[in-house]
Amino acid sequence: MGETVIEKIIHHNTGKQVKPGDIATVSVDRVMIHDIFIPFVAEKFEEMGFQKLWDPDKAVLIYDHLVPASQLDDTRHFHTGDAFAEKYGMTHVHRSDGICHQLMTEAGYVKPGDVVFGTDSHTTTYGCVGAFSSGIGYTEMASILGTGSMWIRVPETIKVVINGKLPENVMSKDVILRLLGDLGADGATYRALEFTGSTVEEMSVSSRMTMANMAVEAGAKCALFTPDEKTAEYCNVTLNDYQKSLVGDEDASYCKTVVYQAEDFVPVMACPSQVDKIRNVSELSGIPIDQVFIGSCTNGRLEDLQAAAEVLKGRKVADYVKLIVTPASRKIYRQAIELGIMDVLAEAGAIITHPGCGLCCGRTGGILTDGERVVATNNRNFLGRMGTSKVEIYLASPKTAAACAVAGKIV
Amino acid sequence: METSFTGRIWVLGDDIDTDIIIPTEYLALKTIDDMKQYGFSPLRPELAGEIRKGDIIVAGKNFGCGSSREQAPEIIKALGIQCVIAKSFARIFFRNSINNGLLLIEQPELHDHVKEGDEVTVVMNQHVDHNGKQYPIASLPENLMDILRAGGLVKAMRKLNGLD
Amino acid sequence: MGMTIAEKIIAAAAGVDSVKPGDIHTVELDRLMSNDGTTHLTVDMYRNKLKHPHIKDTKKLVFIVDHNVPSDNPKTAASQKKMRDFAKENQIDFWEGKGVCHQVMMENYVRPGELIFGADSHTCSYGALGAFGTGVGCTDFLYGMVTGTSWVLVPETVKFNLIGRLPEGVYARDLILTIIGEIGANGCNYQVMEFTGEGAKTLSISDRMVLCNMAVEAGAKTGIFEADEKALEYLKEHGREPKAVYKSDPDAVYAREYTFDLSKVRPVAAKPDFVDNVVPVEEVAGLPIDEAFLGSCNNGRIEDLRVGAELIKGRKVADKVRFLVVPASLTVYRQALKEGLIDIFMEAGAIVMNPNCSVCWGSCQGVIGENEVLISTGTRNFKGRAGHPSSKVYLGSAATVTASAIAGKIALAGEIR
Repeated sequence: MGETVIEKIIHHNTGKQVKPGDIATVSVDRVMIHDIFIPFVAEKFEEMGFQKLWDPDKAVLIYDHLVPASQLDDTRHFHTGDAFAEKYGMTHVHRSDGICHQLMTEAGYVKPGDVVFGTDSHTTTYGCVGAFSSGIGYTEMASILGTGSMWIRVPETIKVVINGKLPENVMSKDVILRLLGDLGADGATYRALEFTGSTVEEMSVSSRMTMANMAVEAGAKCALFTPDEKTAEYCNVTLNDYQKSLVGDEDASYCKTVVYQAEDFVPVMACPSQVDKIRNVSELSGIPIDQVFIGSCTNGRLEDLQAAAEVLKGRKVADYVKLIVTPASRKIYRQAIELGIMDVLAEAGAIITHPGCGLCCGRTGGILTDGERVVATNNRNFLGRMGTSKVEIYLASPKTAAACAVAGKIV
Repeated sequence: METSFTGRIWVLGDDIDTDIIIPTEYLALKTIDDMKQYGFSPLRPELAGEIRKGDIIVAGKNFGCGSSREQAPEIIKALGIQCVIAKSFARIFFRNSINNGLLLIEQPELHDHVKEGDEVTVVMNQHVDHNGKQYPIASLPENLMDILRAGGLVKAMRKLNGLD
Repeated sequence: MGMTIAEKIIAAAAGVDSVKPGDIHTVELDRLMSNDGTTHLTVDMYRNKLKHPHIKDTKKLVFIVDHNVPSDNPKTAASQKKMRDFAKENQIDFWEGKGVCHQVMMENYVRPGELIFGADSHTCSYGALGAFGTGVGCTDFLYGMVTGTSWVLVPETVKFNLIGRLPEGVYARDLILTIIGEIGANGCNYQVMEFTGEGAKTLSISDRMVLCNMAVEAGAKTGIFEADEKALEYLKEHGREPKAVYKSDPDAVYAREYTFDLSKVRPVAAKPDFVDNVVPVEEVAGLPIDEAFLGSCNNGRIEDLRVGAELIKGRKVADKVRFLVVPASLTVYRQALKEGLIDIFMEAGAIVMNPNCSVCWGSCQGVIGENEVLISTGTRNFKGRAGHPSSKVYLGSAATVTASAIAGKIALAGEIR
């Protein structure tokens, strides 16, 4: 009987062939903890009675939600994190280098075929390089830090096949938004998504990252792309036989298969306040906006900034509209300087912040108020996520977002 | 764990996300007790103040979707809710709830037949009773029941480490 | 009887031949600036307290959002929206996210000889170009908005005769802290600090801004320089002409005179919680810090970023220290990008932020927590100014701040080099 990609990963990890519904205990290759939850992880870890980390080298601590600090108590999290890292010998600590999910892949902490957990729902992102990664809470993280293992229920897999060439104005964000609309916000709950087809093969690792990142918005446990040459280059590895084998078998069993033709995609937006309330941009055209946000682990990468810069070059952000750009990492920020992207954005009038979660996590970075409307490239448009519950959030691709910033309305 | 219990219900809709259960703004407050007053505030600011110990939440599909913030189930528990009955739950929220000893029950129909303030009775691993009608519920897998019986994952781990 | 520069500006604004200290005059204002710290309050008063709300001349008004950029909570967002909507409705010049208000004003509006009111205490900065700028509250601002005029009590002028030249590694920032340390935080209450002499001529416009900007920290109504060739050149570069260039008369009357020899100034720091608590950096060197801040209307210009970048190039920010670098304006940011300075800071591990007031006023970006220590190029080190009431703020130059960020403790730039 053939295996899906997630079944192969769990099989390889546990040494046992598995089927959906089985309960398996996996050995964890890497974990990520971010600044919001480190005090809780530290507290639970000690309460559980552990004396040491199962493997300090496998744990990564990243400060991103609270950088720069916006509330008086925020820096307490840094001190708690520093003390925990010091006490238990953790050396992988990033204090202002960017968003956790970007750093986990960019800095080489995640390799194809790895099993990774993080204290953040968007941990699904690492499926972009063929890793099984998923978000968990802080109690569970504390238990992994002590034991190095975790129980999981083997998920069923939904196969998503996309073939053909995407239209010029469509980005991978439009693809994942469309899929979310079709599946629904709970359409993949407890399940794995597996992406395949010529369109996906053509995509950069960054574009795949956008899709894996948002898989959780359909409730998915993980989202997987088969590692290829691009993955190998991005991760700076030579793929071994196991990593090369991470493709769904012909005779594998899928609970559902959805097929798309790339040429059929158009730019779309997720409308307030559900990620699966998808409309074509053309249907929303003309709606006035107050702010645009380009950033986040979903769409704050170099290709996203580049796409925005292409739209903004020689143009200005509309009067009385704010464009906030928050690159996903320090490395991306520096590459964008090098390529002249930062100057194009600054000249257009963008507010360029330091890399971090920024507005996406709703603590600072451009919070809005009653009656305001924002077009944003991040992953969630939940009620109250970026200010009051009377703020309307539209999710879109960086290309669409930049065009809206220039027009001062949805275009 | 009680084998059956009764409670007054609060009725919520579909896709109650973690940002509704506890907005990010309050996540860095020091304790769950500091945070719990803001529970459900974007949707129903009055709710946290009105919930009484032993109440039950009945919701639509995809309850707890969104972030991995474990404060979400912790706050619901701290407010005194003894269980959440929903058409379906998001997976991280599901794990976090079990790990904190908050009981979750999946029931696809009940939500369509109740109104706020009604009473329901839960007979563990068997059915939920409302207005004279029984709605069947599945039993939880053994490994989860183990965690629930231990009183949450922290207690289970303390046992593993020979502390309790 | 002769008049000082400040007196001449007031006389012209009052339409009289001469004024003397203690006179009260009604003056015509050239410009009114307000930022997001208080504009929403002014707008509320305008809408609710006036019988016939109107604006005398909208062209004289400038609104600048700089204190909480980008906004950090729904309340500030609502204040800013009120300000933005009012500006739009009344066709008022509106700047958002383009820099700290005083830097934006210097780059785009201020002309020698002008009388400018700003709803911000550091409006005294504009003396760097020979203008009379002073901070006012919302009520004064509103009156100016409606009538185009205000009343002023003509202040006495105190003369600061600067001689010599600042040594290598010593900055205008050290000079003004030294001056305030000497005369005290109320040393020039209600008075004008006029900086003059051969030493004054050696200072750049940016240096002059550093001095004038902090005049208010000595209690002064404003600080002022004569608009010389350097000032006129700055204006020309920014495409503006002076309104009027005034010099103090030889027989002008000063309340007091001080002489400072620039060549004798050394790197200094102001200790918590007062700006005049000034000591040589050596005296506080070695104190561990949590955060360092290079920015603000006092010290966030390209000249300051150059000093910091030169020092940190090829070095790293200390492990657990947060080094915030915040250019004073978008123009400064773009220039720093062009010169490669932003990349130097980013490579070193600094947190480079969008132009805004940042931790200088302790809100929104980079606030410090309980018992934390900050060394800052900002304007004030008052208790709790940068965050938690128990935190401590030390003030120093761009060089001292950058050196401290590298060392992880307060340090002299000389030790790093």
